[in-house]
Amino acid sequence: MPHPSTSRTPRVLLLVASILGLALLAASGPVGAQDPIEPDPGAPTAPAAPTTAPADPTDPTDPADPAPTTGAPADGTGVRGVLKAGGDPVEGVRITVTDPSGGQAGEVTSDAEGMWFVPLPIPGEYQITLDETTLPGGVNLRDPDRKVLTITVQGGRARAALFGLVVGDPGQTPGSDSDGGFTPSDPRQTATTGERVASRLVDGTVFGLILAVASIGLSLIFGTTKLVNFAHGEMVTFGAIAAWFLSSDGERLPVIIAGVITLGLGVAVGAAQELGLWRPLRKRRTGQFQILVISIGLSIAARQVLLIWFGTGDRRYRQYAIQRDSWSLGPFDILARDAALVLVCIVVLVAVALMLQYTRVGKALRAVSDNPDLAASSGINVARIILFVWMLGGALAAGGGVLQGVAARIDYLMGFQLLLLMFAAVILGGLGTAYGAMVGGLIVGLTTEISTLWISPELKTVAALAVLILVLLVRPQGLLGSRERVG
Amino acid sequence: MDLADILENATRSALGPFAAVLALAAIGLNVQYGYTGLRNFGQVGFLLCGAYGTAIAVQTWGWSLWLALPFSLVCAMVFALLLGAPTLRLRGDYFAIVTIAAAEILRIVVRSTSAADVTGGPFGLQPDLQSFYDLSPFDGGVRYGWGQLSFPGNQLFSLLVGWALVLIITGLVTLLMRSPWGRILKAIREDEDVVRALGKNAISYKMQALILGGVIGAVGGIVSVLSSSSAGANSFQPQITFFAYTVLILGGAATRLGPIIGALLFQFLFAGSQSLLAQLGAEELLPGFLSGQAAQGALALGAVGVGLMALLVFRPEGIFGSREEMVLE
Repeated sequence: MPHPSTSRTPRVLLLVASILGLALLAASGPVGAQDPIEPDPGAPTAPAAPTTAPADPTDPTDPADPAPTTGAPADGTGVRGVLKAGGDPVEGVRITVTDPSGGQAGEVTSDAEGMWFVPLPIPGEYQITLDETTLPGGVNLRDPDRKVLTITVQGGRARAALFGLVVGDPGQTPGSDSDGGFTPSDPRQTATTGERVASRLVDGTVFGLILAVASIGLSLIFGTTKLVNFAHGEMVTFGAIAAWFLSSDGERLPVIIAGVITLGLGVAVGAAQELGLWRPLRKRRTGQFQILVISIGLSIAARQVLLIWFGTGDRRYRQYAIQRDSWSLGPFDILARDAALVLVCIVVLVAVALMLQYTRVGKALRAVSDNPDLAASSGINVARIILFVWMLGGALAAGGGVLQGVAARIDYLMGFQLLLLMFAAVILGGLGTAYGAMVGGLIVGLTTEISTLWISPELKTVAALAVLILVLLVRPQGLLGSRERVG
Repeated sequence: MDLADILENATRSALGPFAAVLALAAIGLNVQYGYTGLRNFGQVGFLLCGAYGTAIAVQTWGWSLWLALPFSLVCAMVFALLLGAPTLRLRGDYFAIVTIAAAEILRIVVRSTSAADVTGGPFGLQPDLQSFYDLSPFDGGVRYGWGQLSFPGNQLFSLLVGWALVLIITGLVTLLMRSPWGRILKAIREDEDVVRALGKNAISYKMQALILGGVIGAVGGIVSVLSSSSAGANSFQPQITFFAYTVLILGGAATRLGPIIGALLFQFLFAGSQSLLAQLGAEELLPGFLSGQAAQGALALGAVGVGLMALLVFRPEGIFGSREEMVLE
């Protein structure tokens, strides 16, 4: 739907820039549905989840996403490990996993890279046994008593189980084989209640800040255009995946550089969406609900494009695949990676807040968000401000995706899974305000993590959504929202 | 390329049990959204109530199926009351988000291992439905039909029951919407304040519409259990609600036959394109990055998304709808 526009040149430039960016990305990585990841020595990279068969047309109930179909969760719950002795992978070792009741939950032999993975249907405590008789000659367990490990597996993640192997006699000094025998002390496996609370607080803060960064765009876009954008999650996924291709697949840029480039790509994606889709739709005076459903259609389509681009597996940034450094601040144990994430988030949030508060464009943005007609009549170019909001929102969403990818893992569904939590964050804080998204993000992040002190981690999303519904009951305009009519 | 094969696959899917489930979900949405204007995005939660209500009562508690079926409908009513009581006063977009959140809460809880004793957790339930299949005139071990276009006896029975329910419920809804009660629902959709000014309790009518639409959705969930003899949480992703909206808008919201035609057409096109892609893939006519099954499935699903967008941009009233009837403000 072409239409005349007063600012033709910048628009064309943006479109060209975004197309160039996308082409560059496509060229930077093999566009394969499932390219196997290269195993990183010693790093607990999760093996790509097996590609579940796409919906069978005869399947009566499930023509849904190709990934989450079968009865077992497709979210990578399981145990995995890498067997190495003296730096070399050990192949063909049998590992058996038994569940708490003593039944066998899985059996696997390590592959040519020494890697093994046993998918498990249910989180819980499992015993992992290494069959010593299958060890090649000359290779032994460093500690013969540790051939059975008991490990608690959480939903949605592959827990690492590490067997220390040595070439020669057992009892060699630890650390003589640097990779195979390393047993990371997981700071999340702490004992006392105080330490558990502290670790939940740290995790919740990290997640909440990331959520805040990612959802500012969602809130501002609603504030200026009244669009409830269901495709916002896909912008988050886009950022994480783009940065993965830039940093961990061939190019090997540092994640920070890749993240900065991704911000630019996010700007391009946001601008392209606004200019190519949403602005023409507003010009047609398409109804608000119609636009909402269109964003759902866009979300479905974009998610599938991301799937074809990235595959169904989950991956990590190579640079952050393993993380050992942590700092202690009193009761708080914080991974160096998480500390960096917190710092980046705070810088971004403060920058956005200063921009909104003190710059011309920030003031204009708040004016449009408050009352577009009044803003237009006082000489503000509303269309340009909305374009700016899309660019800003796109950049922050993509950046949030990179941060979340650093903190956790990357898969094509990650943004969609975050979407409801982002909605919860922006509604909690007050739909349409940037500060509301910040406050709401923190509350949602802390709620989800702290709730796991009492409830199973599988249910932590439920806690956040329940808080959302409660807040809507008591204060439907959100914590920072103005008291207009929402009923 | 075997065109007959594609057509047979597409037709089988259009007549299959999932099309009936989608049609029922869409009829429920039609009551809520098409006639009353409620933007319920948690319809899949009602399907889940129907499916899990039946499966839990039969398998976990050992009830008779004939007791389990009404129980599951009661579950859907309770869910509608719990969902509607706090949220029906909210503006449309808030209501949409809260309903989708509520349906996700249900799905996550049902899927969790903490609830595994009752719901089977991630494995779901596989209730014994022999008392239902005992009524079937077909032989469970025989496939009826021609070539690709055939169903095993038990599935044929459940899908016939499903489509019969679709027709019966369509008739009932049509009668209801002609009644004074139905006219009030439509009036709420057009202008809630006018209805209130006339002394009607709009919230109460909205609640009734939410319950009725939810129960119809739950019947869809029951049909899915009857046809597959299983209930699994992964079949109740938010995507199913989006499919139901696509079906409803495709056929035409606020029309009598819209949901049925929409479901037939949706499944026909969806399964047909999957079949076509699979054949193109087998003959290596697709570019390399589309060679995997996952990528082909994604392409077909992506086409649904693009189709939904195109539909709303160019023909929001669907095939049978009229623009005057369908005010998407």
